[in-house]
Amino acid sequence: MTQAEIKLCSLLLQEHFGEIVEKIGVHLIRTGSQPLRVIAHDTRTSPDQVKKALCVLIQHNLVTYQVHKRGTVEYEAQCSRVLRMLRYPRYIYTAKTLYSDTGELIVEELLLNGKMTMSALVKRVADRLTETMEDGKTMDYAEVSSTFVRLADTHFVQRCPLVSPTENSEPGPPQPAPTLVINENDMYLVPKLSLIGKGKRRRSSEDDATGEPKAKRLKHSTDNKEPIPDDGIYWQANLDRFHQHFRDQAIVSAVANRMDQTSSEIVRTMLRMSEITTPSSAPFTQPLSSNEIFRSLPTGYNISKQVLDQYLTLLADDPLEFVGKSGDSGGGMYVINLHKVLGSLATATLESVVQERFGSRCARIFRLVLQKKHLEQKQVEDFAMIPAKEAKDMLYKMLSENFMLLQSIANLIERRQFETKENKRLLEKSQRVEAIIASMQATGAEEAQLQEIEEMITAPERQQIETLKRNVNKLDASEIQVDETIFLLESYIESNTKRQ
Amino acid sequence: MGNNGAWLILQPRLPPLVAPTPGSGWLRPPPPRLPGGGPPRRLLLDWRGGLTNGELAEAGPERPLLEEDGRIPGWRRPRLRVGEGRQPLEFRPVPLPSGEEGEYVLALKQELRGAMRQLPYFIRPAVPKRDVERYSDKYQMSGPIDSAIDWNPDWRRLPRELRIRVRKLQKERTTILLPKRPPKTTEDKEETIQKLETLEKKEEEVTSEEDEEKEEEEKEEEEEEEYDEEEHEEETDYIMSYFDNGEDFGVDSDDNMDEAIY
Repeated sequence: MTQAEIKLCSLLLQEHFGEIVEKIGVHLIRTGSQPLRVIAHDTRTSPDQVKKALCVLIQHNLVTYQVHKRGTVEYEAQCSRVLRMLRYPRYIYTAKTLYSDTGELIVEELLLNGKMTMSALVKRVADRLTETMEDGKTMDYAEVSSTFVRLADTHFVQRCPLVSPTENSEPGPPQPAPTLVINENDMYLVPKLSLIGKGKRRRSSEDDATGEPKAKRLKHSTDNKEPIPDDGIYWQANLDRFHQHFRDQAIVSAVANRMDQTSSEIVRTMLRMSEITTPSSAPFTQPLSSNEIFRSLPTGYNISKQVLDQYLTLLADDPLEFVGKSGDSGGGMYVINLHKVLGSLATATLESVVQERFGSRCARIFRLVLQKKHLEQKQVEDFAMIPAKEAKDMLYKMLSENFMLLQSIANLIERRQFETKENKRLLEKSQRVEAIIASMQATGAEEAQLQEIEEMITAPERQQIETLKRNVNKLDASEIQVDETIFLLESYIESNTKRQ
Repeated sequence: MGNNGAWLILQPRLPPLVAPTPGSGWLRPPPPRLPGGGPPRRLLLDWRGGLTNGELAEAGPERPLLEEDGRIPGWRRPRLRVGEGRQPLEFRPVPLPSGEEGEYVLALKQELRGAMRQLPYFIRPAVPKRDVERYSDKYQMSGPIDSAIDWNPDWRRLPRELRIRVRKLQKERTTILLPKRPPKTTEDKEETIQKLETLEKKEEEVTSEEDEEKEEEEKEEEEEEEYDEEEHEEETDYIMSYFDNGEDFGVDSDDNMDEAIY
């Protein structure tokens, strides 16, 4: 656990959950597994606050617990999972591109709440979608449910481990903590629910134009004592699946840029066929026959079998070795060499880094050195293997660069927070003015009145706010950018580490 | 990690995914595929990220955000002020991602930051206890009580030792709603509007809604039942700022309460 990682975790926890959760979380990341009273003692926090923090952290899958002998429960934080919080916008956006607004909100609610039952999730998303629709229109639960099912089928959401059913039936004193289990086969099993209903709109103030005080807000139906049909079955976002998607995207675009659109579509098809069957850390996909690939091409694509075979041969012959031929049956068996692709992407990223920071001459040298090394080890027969020495060197380079990038994100966040706090008075003022204007607009104020309010902010103040806004946006955008680079390096590191 | 001064600059010299030289430019990120082709749902860049509500008010006398000499506690380079420490850039930084996808993800990021602050998982330290009990305490909204949690976990999934009281929301008390007033045709329409605006703003602040603009289409809901202002205001015809006894001035007050608009 490097200082950079800890610092970044601290900033992320603080931004999302506040100082108390941050204190507990960082402590656990630093010290490893600890029981409740030790945490309270070491962090000088009251046990109640520690409990609150642990509840939040466990709910969001950032901390796990284990029962040790003599019944003590120890808590452990997952540092890498905390770092994933940086990527939440990307996960949500991906869901949007694949499953539109409904999918986007499903994933967003799951990430914001850590875990939810399907019934609660469907209701919440239906309500949110209804808010955005025109007056009188509502979102049907059935539509949200069907999108949810699609997300489960493609493994983007998965079940959380369940409380072991033998808990309550055993005689004797109750366990200090439940055991949670999940069967591999059940992980994506959607419970058969008949969720019938439509999203509810929260009443806005326009309803009370007559001057009557606002009616009570509509409550969730969980307030009624209805039995929840899928009680105890919780769902979470499957981050690994999203990572697989990012990786696939990177591969497809790499092929598209290096070769052409058709090649990339073929590769995309092969990746889609391997989506669920190939584990994310595998060195290459399951072999796919040319016949199978031909059948699975998207319906818009009108290339003949012969042309497909030509493309496959070209791909397999390419020196980058993204695609490999592993046999001749079925018209030719092909695999995607995942490990090799990740290595190439990571290398290219490193080259970019050298280029950007030290100029093109250094980049040329860097590339030559890498190439030369590769040439010296040319006797490699097995296309999936990279020689151990080179792998170790590459790994070291990736790790150091990775840590540097993590540190830079931490700096970005700190800078953004600093900028915001420096200008807090101004920000508060501008927010208040906006609120006043909004409520005045809602009640139909005249242009002159609005002007008057707007003038409460002076011109130089306006300028300062604009500058601040621009800077904050830039810092935020940089965080996103850097995280994308980190992802590439991480993917390579992960796949390399697992192999050994 | 030596020479960290360069990282203070606002334009980070960070590597892109794209190598800009034409020959090796084969790592372009894919174009966004937004189905339906409609405009992104999130239109506002909520770049303030909700920091103004809680944290800004926290900078009271007890908890200074900045040290005496203007530093942030723990900021790594105490002697540098903002804008200093820059090295002249040898190479221009690469442009940040822009376009529909870039804009949307940025807006999303900022919106999420604000949203998470409003959820009950965001734990703020409790308001310090007052020295003397005051009448206005009955009508003040305090921060989270020390020993209670603001949301309802599934306790069956958690170790038993973690169980703490779930803060009962006011709705379970028998309350008297504000009496329905007949439309005041005799009163000045302006006053009624003002009162409504105040109430509306109150309600939105109390239920911790970040963005009060009409264009904002999503309202962040709390995890469980919402804290209904109406029901808390039992037996009183006055807006909450009536009970402002001045103690909150400059003190850590987590919810953006008691800001009547005159």
